[in-house]
Amino acid sequence: MVLRLDCPHCGPRPADEWVYGEVPDPPDYLTEGDERDVDRGFMMSNTEGVKVERWFHAGGCRRWQTITRDTTIG
Amino acid sequence: MNEFIEAQVAFGWEDMRSSYDVVIVGGGGHGLSTAYHLATRHGITNVAVLERGYIGSGNSGRNTTIIRANYSIPEAVRFYQRSVDLYSRLEEETGRWIMHDRKGLLWLVHGVPGTRNERARSIVNQAFGADTVYVTPEEVGEICPEVDLNAGGGEYRVTGGSYSPHAATARHDRVVWALAEGAMKLGVHVHQRTSVTGLLKVGDRVTGVLTDRGPVAAGVVVSAVGGHVSTLAAMAGVRLPIRTHPLQAYVTNHYARSFRPIVASAEMGFYVSQTPRGEMLLGSRIDNQPSYSYRSSYEFLSYCSLPAVTLLPFLRNLTILRQWAGVCDMSVDMSPIMGYTGVEGFLVTTGWGTGGFKGIPAGGEQMAKLIATDRTPELIAPFSLDRFKQDRLMFDPGSTGTTH
Ligand SMILES: Cc1cc2nc3c(=O)[nH]c(=O)nc-3n(C[C@H](O)[C@H](O)[C@H](O)COP(=O)(O)OP(=O)(O)OC[C@H]3O[C@@H](n4cnc5c(N)ncnc54)[C@H](O)[C@@H]3O)c2cc1C
Ligand SMILES: [Zn+2]
Repeated sequence: MVLRLDCPHCGPRPADEWVYGEVPDPPDYLTEGDERDVDRGFMMSNTEGVKVERWFHAGGCRRWQTITRDTTIG
Repeated sequence: MNEFIEAQVAFGWEDMRSSYDVVIVGGGGHGLSTAYHLATRHGITNVAVLERGYIGSGNSGRNTTIIRANYSIPEAVRFYQRSVDLYSRLEEETGRWIMHDRKGLLWLVHGVPGTRNERARSIVNQAFGADTVYVTPEEVGEICPEVDLNAGGGEYRVTGGSYSPHAATARHDRVVWALAEGAMKLGVHVHQRTSVTGLLKVGDRVTGVLTDRGPVAAGVVVSAVGGHVSTLAAMAGVRLPIRTHPLQAYVTNHYARSFRPIVASAEMGFYVSQTPRGEMLLGSRIDNQPSYSYRSSYEFLSYCSLPAVTLLPFLRNLTILRQWAGVCDMSVDMSPIMGYTGVEGFLVTTGWGTGGFKGIPAGGEQMAKLIATDRTPELIAPFSLDRFKQDRLMFDPGSTGTTH
């Protein structure tokens, strides 16, 4: 089964209709401005488990949605 | 297959020591190749490879086994050509048949921009040691008569391509077992069903690993865990420019004729080769969502098959037998990341993404050299993690396509 993301406007829609939006999340222990900038620009938590994400429903309502997902399942 | 090879190999399984000079986490191709080269090239044998499943159970046993050096940037061509060369000597070196088969690879394009790219690619390849040549549609037809040069009624007309005679395939589980055996014969330990659950630290320095079989001290810990790298690196306090995406593949029943080359079209979004059993093996792009799930999908079968039957109409008559997925460590610039992390005692080999099978021999050779000399070897210096801090990214159109 292909992954479906639940859109509040359009209902469950296949992942291929969506564009994933990486949300920068530099950890608190990075305190220096430069370090935080490099982290915001390139680094990712890449969470293995439950995670809150931003997705753009490009092939549907064309709005950004907040979606909670378990990356070990879907 | 694994049991069959396991019965033949010439080593015994050892008990785990409480301490090793080098602990490598992950018994995929890169972890095992690093261990193999530490032992064979540098005489460093107080080494353990810790694998939570069985060796080759990650991407190294799930890939479509394409070995090629036809990248588009000099640093990558040099590195992968080294790996191509080491692969072609691996059977002789290990005494194990890895079913290495130099098939040649046709990379097809369907329009002016693509044609220009393939001309540029062949020039860069030749300048840095790979034998890629530009080919005309007529030459494509001679190398692979199955290709419909007027594919899709002209929509995907083949306007040219590049041909890399060096490109090959090899049997993936034989590769990992040959490397494991070669390392273990010299005293390296490989512990399967051993999961690394944490890291031992003194201050910021990594001094060993915690496993489900107890703690193990280490002079240096190497992360070679494929798609799971961010989880392990986070334990060391290392942040990586990596996102994990599934990648799928499938095989058909056997095609009765010999289909010689590997054929790829990045523009159409698929690639294909024939296995030694005669099956046609197909792959395409990564799944859209970041994910650690090994689920495969019907959608993949359709978006991979449609362009495939358009370019190679004979595929229509075949039946899909099996499909599967792996989870790939995709780096921001699609190039691998090897070496120091900024945390003492903790090294990574990652970012292998959808294309790291071909890099197994050279990746392990260079990581072993780095560990033995405590210096980054020149061949992999461009692929260090600090390139992101230095804004020296290694984007390579040759690795971002769908051809792995
Ligand atoms: C469908 C598909 C097709 C591909 N096609 C090609 C191709 O044609 N050509 C090519 O060059 N590349 C290809 N690749 C990419 C290639 O397979 C990988 O880049 C390569 O195998 C990576 O090897 P590795 O050793 O880094 O990782 P892996 O082989 O994934 O090994 C990592 C190992 O670490 C273990 N592990 C993870 N976490 C832990 C832990 N905490 N403790 C202990 N062990 C752990 C895992 O069980 C796994 O065995 C493909 C990949 C896929 C999925
Ligand atoms: Zn919507």
